[in-house]
Amino acid sequence: MKFFYLVWSNLKRKKLRTSLTLLSILVAFVLFSLLSALKLALGGGVTMADANRLVVRHRVSFIQPLPHSYQTRIAQIPGVSAISHQSWFGGIYQDPKNQFGTFPVEPELFLAMNPEIALPESEKEAWLKTRTGAVVGRTLAERYKWKVGDRVPMKSPIWPSKSGSAWEFDIVGIYDGTKKTADTTGFFFRYDYFDEARSYGTGLVGWYQVRIDDPKRATEVAAAIDAEFANSPAETKAETEGAMFQGFAQQIGDIATIVTAILAAVFFTILLVAGNTMAQSVRERTQELGLLKAVGFTNELVLGVVLGESLAITVLGGAFGLLFGWLMVTGLGQASFIRQFFPIFFIAPSDLIIGAMLAIALGFVAGILPAIQAMRLRLADALRREG
Amino acid sequence: MSTNDGVLVRVDQVEKVFHRGSEEIHVLTGLNLDVPRGEFLALMGPSGSGKSTLLNLIGGLDRATRGSVEVGGEPIDRMSDRELAAWRARHVGLVFQFYNLLPVLNAERNVELPLLLTHLSKAERRQHVEAALKIVNLSHRARHYPRTLSGGEQQRVGIARAIVTDPTILLCDEPTGDLDRKAGDEILGLLQALNREQGKTIIMVTHDPHASARAARIVYLDKGQLSATKPE
Repeated sequence: MKFFYLVWSNLKRKKLRTSLTLLSILVAFVLFSLLSALKLALGGGVTMADANRLVVRHRVSFIQPLPHSYQTRIAQIPGVSAISHQSWFGGIYQDPKNQFGTFPVEPELFLAMNPEIALPESEKEAWLKTRTGAVVGRTLAERYKWKVGDRVPMKSPIWPSKSGSAWEFDIVGIYDGTKKTADTTGFFFRYDYFDEARSYGTGLVGWYQVRIDDPKRATEVAAAIDAEFANSPAETKAETEGAMFQGFAQQIGDIATIVTAILAAVFFTILLVAGNTMAQSVRERTQELGLLKAVGFTNELVLGVVLGESLAITVLGGAFGLLFGWLMVTGLGQASFIRQFFPIFFIAPSDLIIGAMLAIALGFVAGILPAIQAMRLRLADALRREG
Repeated sequence: MSTNDGVLVRVDQVEKVFHRGSEEIHVLTGLNLDVPRGEFLALMGPSGSGKSTLLNLIGGLDRATRGSVEVGGEPIDRMSDRELAAWRARHVGLVFQFYNLLPVLNAERNVELPLLLTHLSKAERRQHVEAALKIVNLSHRARHYPRTLSGGEQQRVGIARAIVTDPTILLCDEPTGDLDRKAGDEILGLLQALNREQGKTIIMVTHDPHASARAARIVYLDKGQLSATKPE
């Protein structure tokens, strides 16, 4: 620590240059934070996925429905321990812009299948008693200022009601997530009410969620389910939740690869900026480095001082960049326009750790060559004595 | 730290050859020099005569091509780079013509630099720095940065830095070369006091006869060889 002021003083030597280098590193790490959050958001389903759950959908497409009668047959397949189903309702509240995830479900099966949904027992009971009852996620409820007891009219472009009028739901519960990655923007209502009141499609569901005993047997159980319905009018495709969400994410593009490519380009540029700053800094003070050696600093200590400067710049820039990035992501995560599209929008702790390690690695790589150059300076030459 | 015969520095048959491309430049050729402990020696000679090269060899800043350099009985030319750095930190105080202060550090921080290599606590380092600045009569400028100090004051900071570790030998390379006569006299007076009152062994390279007159002995270097008399 006693050498820290030496490192710090050297950074203050060219304040403008150090500030600009710090700023560019800071911006790179803000970008890193935002892209990490975006990557998580776009691949959010993968994060939410439960390794014990399979999704069974129509083999042709996700929008093709499956018979409700499959539920009993799937439940009997060895390895399956529970089953529930959902359908895409496509509910619109007041304005076509207000479309969000609305799903008819069987409450008990649904809640048992999705333990990440935390609903108070009294609200669960109210849902079971209320045919038009719906439970909504905390984020969605806050967005539309809904509370328990509110009646919410909704239209569906896919599923008109038999009466032709808007669907009416009574909010009986507001759920939270048991995990940070849980989606709290959903709207769930009772399937029996939906099935009876829709104008067509009775007895059909969108897809099944299947809980299995052993995640290691996921492929085997999925194959058994698909085999059960092979050559039927509605063949199935069973896969793990993670695989399904990954497939969705990859329809947008290989997010991870795109993000990694952008960040690699950014950090390579920053590496050149920081490396150039350090190289210039060493060139400018050859005589001073010689002086340090003359008073007894070993070559290794001189290397350490120069490397320390490089690390100080990148760690400082990285720390502030990650901090600002975190603040921005946290702020954006609260914004309704973000939450509308990305139920999950935050920086994963693992990404913060990666960011911190990246800052250290950047400092090391940017500083190592100038540091070696400083270490190898011939003392007498560095002092430029003549005689 | 001295040999039995009272000689602190012994330079024996030293040669120093520099290479410029394929050309060999023989700066020192079979040079011998003994400096007794506590002596104030002035080393004079024309530019390019090898004065600073010799000073570098005695201070362990460079290595001889041939021959040996012993300081206090220790053959410093046989030390590794790491050992030599530690030896310099313990035994050598360096004073330069252009002061060689770090512009980003104030006077007391500049003086403290060699103490960072010791095991002294922060408080002990501060005590040593205060004492060194007091000796050079610069306590009142301790928090000043080099750019706010006059040449004479900067050189006094340089001397404080050189003596703060209480080294065995002080090596001064044209310590008054960048100063006016008055400031130069002050610096020379200071060096003389360090020699007389604290018994410091001082080797001073200088062009200036006025400066060398303060030394107890003068040797002349010319064409790679030493002599006790000024060459024609």
